[in-house]
Amino acid sequence: MNATAAELGLLACGTCGLLSRAPAAPGAACPRCHARLAFRKPGSIGHCWAYLVAAMALYVPANTLPIMHTSSLFGSSEDTILSGVLFLWESGSWVLALIVFLASIVIPLVKIIALAVLAASVQLGWRARRGERARLYRLVESIGRWSMLDIFVVALLVALVQLTALAAVRAGPAAPAFGAVVVLTMAAAQSFDPRLIWDGERPAA
Amino acid sequence: MNRAQLLACPECDLLQHDAPLPRPRKALCARCGAVLYQRARGGLERTLALTVTALVLLALANAFPILTLELQDERTTATLAGAAAALWSQGMPLVAMLVLFMALVMPLAELAALAYLLVPLARGIRAPGFGAVFRLLRFASRWGTVEVFVLGALVSLVKLGHVADVEPGVALGSYGALMLVMAAIEASFDPRELWSRIAPA
Repeated sequence: MNATAAELGLLACGTCGLLSRAPAAPGAACPRCHARLAFRKPGSIGHCWAYLVAAMALYVPANTLPIMHTSSLFGSSEDTILSGVLFLWESGSWVLALIVFLASIVIPLVKIIALAVLAASVQLGWRARRGERARLYRLVESIGRWSMLDIFVVALLVALVQLTALAAVRAGPAAPAFGAVVVLTMAAAQSFDPRLIWDGERPAA
Repeated sequence: MNRAQLLACPECDLLQHDAPLPRPRKALCARCGAVLYQRARGGLERTLALTVTALVLLALANAFPILTLELQDERTTATLAGAAAALWSQGMPLVAMLVLFMALVMPLAELAALAYLLVPLARGIRAPGFGAVFRLLRFASRWGTVEVFVLGALVSLVKLGHVADVEPGVALGSYGALMLVMAAIEASFDPRELWSRIAPA
């Protein structure tokens, strides 16, 4: 067997995996789970770029604006994501500092760059390194969710320290920007269709 | 050519023979290396047992505090719902909803959908709306982030522990256990078995 489903006019359902013969009318539903069928995700590259550009724009305020305000009897302070990492580092929690740095700063950036490279490579019709690009896509898909880490930390700190008389923690304007980056990069990864990487390859005999 | 014996790789579309795996393991695409399917030990009965366990853990995880803070004579606790409510009251409704969605609503939807499909199936009945609930299951498992939330709670514990007296609550343990059980569900669930039971090929 040396053909893709699309080459034989077969549609693979993206939700349940069932193969069905392509119907004459576009926009048909899977006979088994009723998900919408398409040879490739419609508008995959366009949607991916749209999400990516929005994510790039919001990545800047997410990292430069404060994500948390802390006020107490001894004064008040503001934390950006990076200063939160530095706080953990200086207080001796090196492992956690590294984890937060990876999840909040490195992963979103790696995701945006990797998806931009993947989308451009499909548009430019690259033939090289298909296996590596497929692996890159799987990496991007599996690490994306970890960026939510800092949002959860802020949410819990806000809940714990908002009601005390001695101190108060408030979420800063970077929080919605950062949440949006997480959602947008996850949406970009899901709208990218990895099958586009392989289209046009003649499978070796 | 018999279509029932073929499957297409979800990530590169290459058609491959659907040979049954002799032992519990994952089948990988010959061209791009994506997981084609997994044959799990224990089958759907194990998935159902794990799902019921996970639902109980999720209930515990939301009934008890995740973290408790003691500052002078004051004592405050944080639950997931409390965290979302606090964000909401600070004028961050979207962030509040995002937290609630990814740490509670999506995991709950995933588990409820699994139970809805698997409980009637154990008696050989196809639940109404099977396809729609299956699609919900797929969507919810992509957007639920229980394991990230557990790490977030640990980071909060350490971060605040430097300046105040913080203790982990019952719900942190429950969420940690839930994380492990959900990973086991992922490893035991074979959607192909689900479909073969309702429509024998």
